[in-house]
Amino acid sequence: MPRLHVVTGKGGTGKTTVAGALALALAATSARVLLVEVEGRQGLAQLFDTPPLPYAETRLAAASRGEVIGLAVDAEAAMLEYLEMFYNLKRAGSVLRKMGAIDFVTTIAPGLRDVLLTGKVKEAVTRTGRDGHLVFDAVVLDAPPTGRIVPFLQATHEVAGLTKIGPIHRQSIGVTDLLHSDRTQVHLVTLLEEMPVQETMDAAADLRAAGYRIGRVLVNRARPVLVSNARPDPKLLAEGLGLAGLDPALAPALVSEVTDYAARQDVQTRAEAELAGVGAPVVRLPELSPIDLGALYELAEQLDVPTWTRA
Amino acid sequence: MSPRPRPPGFDVDALLKDPELRVIVTCGSGGVGKTTTAAALGLRAAEQGRRVVVLTIDPARRLAQSLGLVELDNTPRAVAGIDGDGALLAMMLDMKRTFDEVVLANAAPDKAQQILANPFYQSLSASFAGTQEYMAMEKLSQLRQQLVEHGDWDLIVVDTPPSRSALDFLDAPQRLSRFLDGRMIRLLTAPARAGGKAYLKVVSASFAVFTRVLNKILGNDLLANVSAFVASLETMFGGFRERAEQTYQLLKAPGTAFVVVASPEPDALREASFFVERLQQESMPLAGVVLNRMHRAAADLGGQRALEAAERLAGLAERSPAAQLAADALQVHAESAESARQDRLMVARFGAAHPDVAQREVPALPTDVHDLAGLRAVGQALATI
Repeated sequence: MPRLHVVTGKGGTGKTTVAGALALALAATSARVLLVEVEGRQGLAQLFDTPPLPYAETRLAAASRGEVIGLAVDAEAAMLEYLEMFYNLKRAGSVLRKMGAIDFVTTIAPGLRDVLLTGKVKEAVTRTGRDGHLVFDAVVLDAPPTGRIVPFLQATHEVAGLTKIGPIHRQSIGVTDLLHSDRTQVHLVTLLEEMPVQETMDAAADLRAAGYRIGRVLVNRARPVLVSNARPDPKLLAEGLGLAGLDPALAPALVSEVTDYAARQDVQTRAEAELAGVGAPVVRLPELSPIDLGALYELAEQLDVPTWTRA
Repeated sequence: MSPRPRPPGFDVDALLKDPELRVIVTCGSGGVGKTTTAAALGLRAAEQGRRVVVLTIDPARRLAQSLGLVELDNTPRAVAGIDGDGALLAMMLDMKRTFDEVVLANAAPDKAQQILANPFYQSLSASFAGTQEYMAMEKLSQLRQQLVEHGDWDLIVVDTPPSRSALDFLDAPQRLSRFLDGRMIRLLTAPARAGGKAYLKVVSASFAVFTRVLNKILGNDLLANVSAFVASLETMFGGFRERAEQTYQLLKAPGTAFVVVASPEPDALREASFFVERLQQESMPLAGVVLNRMHRAAADLGGQRALEAAERLAGLAERSPAAQLAADALQVHAESAESARQDRLMVARFGAAHPDVAQREVPALPTDVHDLAGLRAVGQALATI
């Protein structure tokens, strides 16, 4: 079982929701799970219906044998932590912050923001407690969307080339090693629609080319297959409605609904066939609305995480 | 309980026919059908006789093909197959080329070449968070100017980039100009000047360490490149600030209309709410909200009743093909009715929060749009009251 689960997906596919469900599912099997967000959207607080998360690990939910701890990583705070850790610059750090220096730096070198964020994730994955054991059994990262995922994961690798020695060099080697190892898997969240599937295929190819491991393709909001005959005979349908004690005049409207649903179902079937080309196991999650904590637990169960180790 | 005020309907055709209308900006979060909406509005206006340019940022491949956009060449190209006397032109934004044009237009030729060759400029123009937004607005200004000068088109429809935050394009131009003009950049590029004057010793001391750390992290060349870039940009600073201000005023001016696009999903509607509130705060002309991808059930029958009837039929299904058919259709209806109910609920909440904002619902299409006929159908749905 990997220790770091990176969850990505096209915007609007429900990446944060699925990351939350995965964290809950892992918590049910492996005790302490850290769920990390890096885009400053406070998506986790909204998902778990809690006040905005500070830059501190905060308990979000309890599962049968474990718990989910949330963390909203902020690049600026991570930068200050960095300066303090490596250069003992705490006081200077707060002065620089007031001057807008950190905002400036992350602006001129957008990759640096990603270096700081992935660095913090690596720290959490490898952190050990006083007893020498790992603090978190698993870390789930609600990562940037598919369009940005490769540059995001690669940022540290690029920086490693720039600095040949010193603590930052060592740190970046550590991050690169972790992300490329079998301790890390990238999961791709998609809908069974044309554009999200296309982006998923592209992202999977790019991730593999850059040396990352794909874990699961997580199909979100899948609708059940209900139609076997896309053009039902209205007369026969009217007769059947009569048998159920319903108005047979509903038949034409129902025929149009069935035809519409069948067209969507076709798109879904084609999308699923295409997704098989990713070459990773596909997990289907149902459409649940509204997404509240109850729905999240249900999605967690549907993920069927205990079977993942066998893949 | 008194009835809730219902938001007024958004009359798309009245908007498109307004001869004073020059610019439509579509905005909303990713995955809500923003680009399709922009293209459908453009096509509808063109087929009503207007000469329209649609500026798209990052269209899906097949949608781009339907508009005849096969390459990114930063120039509006006529779209074939338009009915009537109007015209539809489409273009995809080339961020880097647009930035290069800004530099060439604002700097002396030798300076411009220096800037274009600077490695920091190259990374800024290709990857600065916000460059896409800035350049989309820059391109809009150019198209607007051409509209006045040449009259080759009389309406511009601009799609906004799928930003992390839907508001980025409003802020990006100012952020970039603030950045290029900011005290940090002056401090970094001229530390001696700053150290001598306004700043305390602790600042300069930590600043020196900070610069050293930066050089370590970023490589020794980057700050030197930034410094050189800024030096060669000195003459353009005024230009950037002025242009950002002009774009902002253009967006506020009469003749501009914002159309917010959302789908009935919590995230998309949350973004749409932020957007509506922000546009109102800034007194930007918000024409209406398009609620895209609404599920609808055609038959007037409750989902729960349909399910119960389907269960009753299940016993008969083996013997009666009619019962089997009806049971299947009722299952489909229950599913559709439930989706429709959820969508209604989401949208009703949004409407209650923004009772004064005009709305138009567009039904979910079974398949993606990738030709003019599909865009025409979306346009029709947008205009159906």
